Amino acid sequence: MKFDTPATNNPIDQLKVVGKPTNRIDGPLKTTGTAPYAYERHDVVPNQAYGYVVGSAIAKGKIDSIDLKEAKAAPGVLAVVTAASAEMLGKGDFNTAKLLGGPEIQHYHQAIALVVAESFEQARAAAALVRVQYTRAKGNFDLATSLDGAVKPPAVFGTEPDSRFGDFDAAFASAPVKLDARYTTPDHSHAMMEPHASIASWDGDRLTLWTSNQMIAWSAGDVAKTLGIAKDKVRLVSPYIGGGFGGKLFVRSDAILAALGAKAAGRPVKVALPRPLMINNTTHRPATIQRIRLGATTDGKLTAIGHESWSGDLKGGGPETAVGQTRLLYAAPNRMTAMRLAVLDLPEGNAMRAPGEAPGLMALEIAIDEMAEKLGMDPVAFRVLNDTQVDPEKPERPFSQRRLNECLSIGAEKFGWKDRNPKPGLARDGRWLVGTGVAAAFRNNINEKSAARVRLDRNGLVIVETDMTDIGTGSYTIIAQTAAEMLGVPLTQVEVRLGDSLFPVSAGSGGQWGANSSTAGVYAACAQLRTAIVEKLGLDPADAVFEKGRVRLGGKSVALAKAAGGGEIVAEDLMEYGDLAQRFQQSTFGAHFVEAAVDAATGEIRIRRMLAVCAAGRILNPKAARSQVIGAMTMGAGAALMEELAVDKRFGFFVNHDLAGYEVPVHADIPSQEVIFLDEVDPTTSPMKAKGVGELGICGVAAAVANAVYHATGIRVRNYPVTLDKLLDKLPDVA
Amino acid sequence: MAIPEEFPISRRGLLAGGAVSVAAVSAAGSPDARAAVEKAPSRPPTARVAFHVNNTAHELELDTRTTLLDALREHLRLTGTKKGCDHGQCGACTVIVDGRRINSCLSLAVMHDGDKITTIEGLGLPGNLHPMQQAFVEHDGYQCGYCTPGQICSAVAVLEEIKAGIPSHVTADLSDPPSVTRPELRERMSGNICRCGAYSNIVDAIVDVAGVKA
Ligand code: FES
Ligand code: FES
Repeated sequence: MKFDTPATNNPIDQLKVVGKPTNRIDGPLKTTGTAPYAYERHDVVPNQAYGYVVGSAIAKGKIDSIDLKEAKAAPGVLAVVTAASAEMLGKGDFNTAKLLGGPEIQHYHQAIALVVAESFEQARAAAALVRVQYTRAKGNFDLATSLDGAVKPPAVFGTEPDSRFGDFDAAFASAPVKLDARYTTPDHSHAMMEPHASIASWDGDRLTLWTSNQMIAWSAGDVAKTLGIAKDKVRLVSPYIGGGFGGKLFVRSDAILAALGAKAAGRPVKVALPRPLMINNTTHRPATIQRIRLGATTDGKLTAIGHESWSGDLKGGGPETAVGQTRLLYAAPNRMTAMRLAVLDLPEGNAMRAPGEAPGLMALEIAIDEMAEKLGMDPVAFRVLNDTQVDPEKPERPFSQRRLNECLSIGAEKFGWKDRNPKPGLARDGRWLVGTGVAAAFRNNINEKSAARVRLDRNGLVIVETDMTDIGTGSYTIIAQTAAEMLGVPLTQVEVRLGDSLFPVSAGSGGQWGANSSTAGVYAACAQLRTAIVEKLGLDPADAVFEKGRVRLGGKSVALAKAAGGGEIVAEDLMEYGDLAQRFQQSTFGAHFVEAAVDAATGEIRIRRMLAVCAAGRILNPKAARSQVIGAMTMGAGAALMEELAVDKRFGFFVNHDLAGYEVPVHADIPSQEVIFLDEVDPTTSPMKAKGVGELGICGVAAAVANAVYHATGIRVRNYPVTLDKLLDKLPDVA
Repeated sequence: MAIPEEFPISRRGLLAGGAVSVAAVSAAGSPDARAAVEKAPSRPPTARVAFHVNNTAHELELDTRTTLLDALREHLRLTGTKKGCDHGQCGACTVIVDGRRINSCLSLAVMHDGDKITTIEGLGLPGNLHPMQQAFVEHDGYQCGYCTPGQICSAVAVLEEIKAGIPSHVTADLSDPPSVTRPELRERMSGNICRCGAYSNIVDAIVDVAGVKA
């Protein structure tokens, strides 16, 4: 099915199942520990051995020799894999660095060996006996000192590194009110709770990997490419994924090494990345240095917006696209953006939840707050005044829906914004300085091709199969809701099977495209199935009604089970897209409001209240969608207040590479959170009329927190995270 | 920045020898040490341990390095208890031992001879959920589900701790018995990380089970 004209009325609009805050259908499995994650598949193949990964102890250089004698002689050891023993390995299209290093080393903790043994304890002990001699090469690890050498990168997914509109330089030079400020965001780690893990099993030349991966089809292709085998010889199975946030978009070393280890040992091998290896072995969100220039008239109209961003990555990598949202978020007749990329020899930078927008808005939405203050304007009113309903760089191109101003005004109302004293540092609650902050949230909507197969079995059960993944997003549930709505059956009569490369190729989970795209694919397959059912009954599909487990046509009504009585009816289809996303700018919007308290003596920062108002098209399941938003708000609170990978600039690695050193929010950091979804449908996105929310929720949160801390203390911190050491010497005297 | 002259590369016993090159010294470098290693026994030292898991008696012969977590996951194949870090940093491996919650990754299995262990599977299974499991479903107190068994085991034990009058860091007055308040729950649950960020819903679920207005 091709979606090339805006959706009109369709069966989804009945909203008997879709749009309801249904409990997740996988809830009983997840809450009882019976949902099987990758490393736990004792059921799939017998005789599994254990692999333990050895990571490089240098960031850059080469391995001179590896002495495996002791490791091989250790109790229980079955095989040791190194790049020297593995046949020539390729590199996947989605990887920048090789997943098995040697002799050349590209980053610290790059995998260099796998030790396979009968037990986990034996593999771990033997891995510590691998003796490696390295020659260390000089590396470049410091973004701040690399700016001069940074270059203009090639376009990323069609996004040019630079943009210009109007005459930014002249407009900025002549603006009566100006801001020119520099902001920094540090490297971040996904730190998902389930470590990357895989079980590999060979059957002749066929490989099956039970793994933890967001993008089944991409990754099946990259496994094949890396191992130099045909894609149809690789099967990936990933029904449950313990968090990804972009860190499991790609094949990682656990999968490749499990495959190599299984081949070497001649039996199935399971590998999980040890937690202290994960942060340097896998990918991270790259740090940025950003410069923002804003010019405005004295009555608060922006006349010039300039946003530049520098980031680093390994050779062949890409930039953190932190200026993207600035091209679309606010009106101004004169604009410029630019991204520059430095080569750094740190671990591979790549996508993490809302890549680009998350760090971009961390900077931009502080800048907007600063500008509002310079203008003597309320920060909500300043944003509302500079709204645009068209793409500011292509004014002939409207937004499909844009209700940012409503998000801001409804949020302000709900949060009690009008009681706020605009002057910072004045509100006290005992020893606490109290402040409130606001920021806009913005993230583009993306539609991806997505296919599904739907079966109606003899019992009237509807079975959906697609290689879509559920990384905690609620895919199982919204796909079941979609199929139930389309075929007029209760949710309990739908079974959803996900995450297997034997199933039709879906959009996968990334870029907040999963919900709308994958359900649109299921919609297409269900539409085919409806036709097939009606044709089987010898009727005209045009006005068939599917409800209450029956298909009704004119005076005739047949139970679905009966329709499939002669044998299962199967349909498969793919949803693909025309040019609506080019004709309309499809984006999602929100507003974050935060109240923070800062201890006047110690500088300790506590978040007291958080509210998000989101406009993101039809919300397919408000309960699961709300969870996506509160989870993203929590990750945004982490970015605001604590998350920072500390770079050892001499030896080139992230020092705090475990969950004790890399701090993420815990229960005590997060108050009760509130989320409001505007009632909205966007007929330009798909027949589902939905968009994504999983990344929108993190966009702008950190700036709202930083703005609240400023409002509480009068101290402006432009270098994230906002930690108490950056406040201490500027706090007011404690009486 | 210049690389210091002397810097140990790693736990694998290597020393940095200059600005751009590294000379290696094996930790077990002497021929005698190597010979000793080559004669290492092919079976690791094991010990027998007997405990009850979810009211079922088990007797296991285990490599003494096996954690309680791996005994459950790899030997008894009770994979509901999760490994998030293996270092006591995340709480995913929380189980209840003789009524108290512990991080099972930080405890060797052989230390639990005679103990009564309750895992997530022992609290309830699909079709017969424990009230805390049901509350997590109702309040959507999870997303990816990986931290969830640990959160639920912790939550069940936390309510018992409060009932038993055990104070926490945020208990204002140590002479009063602690009560179920949101700050108490947040403090006590802070050893269980949820990167999906379901905290606000998790606390709602616990408050619901506790049957209090908090
Ligand atoms: S696995 Fe035990 S605390 Fe993380
Ligand atoms: S539900 Fe994913 S980490 Fe808690």
